[in-house]
Amino acid sequence: MSDKDTVEVAAATPEQPQPFAELGLTAGEYAKIRDILGRRPTAAELALYSVMWSEHCSYKSSKVHLKRLAPNEEQARKLLAGIGANAGVVDIGRGYAVTFKIESHNHPSFVEPHQGAATGVGGIVRDILAMGARPVAVMDALRFGPADAHDTARVLPGVVSGISFYGNCLGLPNIGGELAFDPCYAGNPLVNALCVGVMRHEDLKAAVATGPGNKVVLFGSRTGPDGVGGASVLASATFGDDGDGKARAKRPSVQVGDPFMEKLLVECCLELYAAELIEGIQDLGAAGIACATTELAAGGEGGMRVTLDDVPLRDPSLTPAEILMSESQERMMAVVAPGNVAEFLRVCAKWDVEATVIGEVTSDGTLTMTWRGGTVVSIPPRTAADGPVYQRPMARPADLDSLQAAPPDSLDRPKDGPALRATLLALLGSADEADKSWVTAQYDHYVRGNTVLAMPEDGGLLRVDEQTRLGIALATDGNGRYCRLDPYDGTQLALSEAYRNVAMTGATPAAVTNCLNFGSPEDPQVMWQLAEAVRGLADGCAALGIPVTGGNVSLYNQTGDNAIHPTPVIGVLGVHDDVSRRLAAGFTIDAAQVVLLGATREEFGGSAWAHVIHQHLGGRPPAPDLDAERRLATLITTAASDGLLASAHDLSTGGLAIALAESCLRGARGCRVSVPGDPFTALFSESAARAVVAVTPGREDEFARLCAAHGIPAMVLGETGGDTLTVEATFEVPLPELRQAWEGTLPALFG
Amino acid sequence: MTFPGSLDDTDAARAVRNAGAEPVPLWHADRDLRGVDAVILPGGFSYGDYLRCGAIARFSPVMAELVPAARSGLPVLGICNGFQILCEAHLLPGALTRNAGLRFITRDVRLTVANTDTAWTSGYASGQQLLIPLKSGEGAYAADPATLDELDRAGRVVVRYASSAPNGSARGIAGVCNEAGNVVGLMPHPEHAIDPLTGPSGDGLGFFTSVLQAFAGAGSAGADK
Repeated sequence: MSDKDTVEVAAATPEQPQPFAELGLTAGEYAKIRDILGRRPTAAELALYSVMWSEHCSYKSSKVHLKRLAPNEEQARKLLAGIGANAGVVDIGRGYAVTFKIESHNHPSFVEPHQGAATGVGGIVRDILAMGARPVAVMDALRFGPADAHDTARVLPGVVSGISFYGNCLGLPNIGGELAFDPCYAGNPLVNALCVGVMRHEDLKAAVATGPGNKVVLFGSRTGPDGVGGASVLASATFGDDGDGKARAKRPSVQVGDPFMEKLLVECCLELYAAELIEGIQDLGAAGIACATTELAAGGEGGMRVTLDDVPLRDPSLTPAEILMSESQERMMAVVAPGNVAEFLRVCAKWDVEATVIGEVTSDGTLTMTWRGGTVVSIPPRTAADGPVYQRPMARPADLDSLQAAPPDSLDRPKDGPALRATLLALLGSADEADKSWVTAQYDHYVRGNTVLAMPEDGGLLRVDEQTRLGIALATDGNGRYCRLDPYDGTQLALSEAYRNVAMTGATPAAVTNCLNFGSPEDPQVMWQLAEAVRGLADGCAALGIPVTGGNVSLYNQTGDNAIHPTPVIGVLGVHDDVSRRLAAGFTIDAAQVVLLGATREEFGGSAWAHVIHQHLGGRPPAPDLDAERRLATLITTAASDGLLASAHDLSTGGLAIALAESCLRGARGCRVSVPGDPFTALFSESAARAVVAVTPGREDEFARLCAAHGIPAMVLGETGGDTLTVEATFEVPLPELRQAWEGTLPALFG
Repeated sequence: MTFPGSLDDTDAARAVRNAGAEPVPLWHADRDLRGVDAVILPGGFSYGDYLRCGAIARFSPVMAELVPAARSGLPVLGICNGFQILCEAHLLPGALTRNAGLRFITRDVRLTVANTDTAWTSGYASGQQLLIPLKSGEGAYAADPATLDELDRAGRVVVRYASSAPNGSARGIAGVCNEAGNVVGLMPHPEHAIDPLTGPSGDGLGFFTSVLQAFAGAGSAGADK
């Protein structure tokens, strides 16, 4: 395609063949573009539509399902009132608002782990920055193939070093996340990055270009040839099962990050906001300038005229199409009133941030771009920003019935004390349950000085206000195995666990974000999983009374015909009234009563035991109980603020046995407990809505009455102290042996 | 002091405030120390540390003021990246190199106070143990044997890692001072250990209160500015 493919040339050469399929567009979509424009698109227009209509940017397959997540009246009360377009902002009281979001960077992280993961952090941080908030922390939810697989040794250390490099240099504390392994992620690791930002109510910014005559300013890094087509050819495509070869060929589509520039950009933007020099702002992420210009123009009431010759380039040979599609990092676009441009540029210069006026807002309803004297783009912006909507066919997976009909009931269970002891040590030392310090020690969780809790605690906890000690808690959770067995229940279990984790710090859960990682939407079975997951999430959030404030969908996570397990990763944000009253998981005092909260049933479908000991996946996941989750959360929050508890830890994979072991190891203090009924079920079942707490000595009766008042079963198991984890009449493990099993695994695998 | 890429400047300011003093922001591009009584170079990644850590920051305009002031007795504390800048500026001997394991390390480390005669450690007892976070990728202290011998002989090692140095620092050195004891640099972050709520202990506050006591003892601002 010629560089000088102007609108006039396009109109005169309707028969010119165009590479729409290579850019990821279908024949139907290409025909629709010709229909909208009344002519064939120019090369630049074709590039623009191809990235904007990619699955990654347009949500064309998931949109019809995501509508379910709109907040109801109870949920909407948690949101900052009166702002339709920015419903993702949560009111946390005392004039503060919080915005948080989680996004995938799965495909780039497989192709080039270090830069793929690094730019995943950078992208989500700019997303939060563009809302007007100061980014204050990040988290990462990571899933890889088997821990001992050859390729995991390439991907995992690269991903971790990328997050470490970018996040540490950017100066945001990394306060938690997840690390999980399963063969289904071998060719499709999941790298989901979360960022949270804080602002005052009045600081909320809008992504709209209003006011004809206002200037469009591009600022930050120069535009280069990296990440061209990242959204279309990378994030919205399936890799063949020859893995390595194809993946390597896509490396030019991976962006390269510069966290130092991002730090300057953050401080520069916050100074621009404070000086009220911005009318509208948009971050440049997927689809780069194409996305920023169309979304800003479509968000306003008018149009926009852009001179592509004025875009500062790192490589002067870029074509207009490449300039539009480039996903070079660390760039932002602002709409600035003409009278403020000089001051805007002065602030940018102070921070050594290059800023260039590249266009202006118009009133003609058209997005026009010129290059070397010709018009290369002339489109109605909303047609690119809105994109197609598909009702993809759906079908319940053919193997689901047989999968659910094969519960782990007949598998060999540990029958005596020594066998139960060996099971505990095997689970504790499995890659999924083992100590994650090998990863988290590479992240800075101290920077900015407001981190009250970070990994390995159940939830991260940040102080927002030093005077009032107002804070926010965050957790992410997902369980692909549960979701494979039942995506509706599995998603509610992920929501439940994140909600429970936030409550364990003493915070009140307030809002939900999500990253929906699935296979190809062109597979009806995957679409059914996606629809079920969204339905489960919508119903779950309604039952818990908290809104979904935003999210991200990542599709095409499959290798050949093999899709990953459906893996919705759910993030929950909570509000903590006084972070000095936070709870942590470790047993930190002697002779405190240890109490199990919640009801235990025999639930082993998709459990850690079935997976680690028997490599078995079948049956049904544990039953979610959202009403019990809600009561348990209220109980813990109340008990925390009344000072009734010395520690609190949620029960999840591996059940009570793993939870007790973790509480002992984190507090460097043992416990002696006895468990009721069948010890295997008591120790390893994964029933939801449970927690294990240590009660403040002297407050036992008060706490028991509180449990009864909230209708939460509470069973006294024993008390803290000593240097062993002892289950009466069953087994005893000295803490050093427990610690060795827990801490040795990841260093042995990754050095 | 804020350089482009400084990250722990707000933390250092909070520590100064908690110690009872008034933090005054200084800017790398201004040749002006604004009459302050002491200067803290905070942690971070100045200029991204894409070149040798601190190698660009040492050429900042403000350093043209800071270096002579420090040589004339102005108390200066360099934390992590600040320590690296002080070494690059030759206010302190030696250099910081990649960690022995070649990975970034965040860990709460035990330090032993080896010198209580500096402006920044006078409030500690000799041999006192501190629990303070270390978080760095290039934190291994290195110098030639003669320099290390001289540091040992003159008591200019200010803090040492109490057990083996997690980053491979020579002779377990976590921080050193200049001959006069007014300029101190260390890799661990005392400003992250001023409150058990947000750090592993409150042990780090002593660095900031020490320098205030020095002023109180002198009766007025001790330095030359």
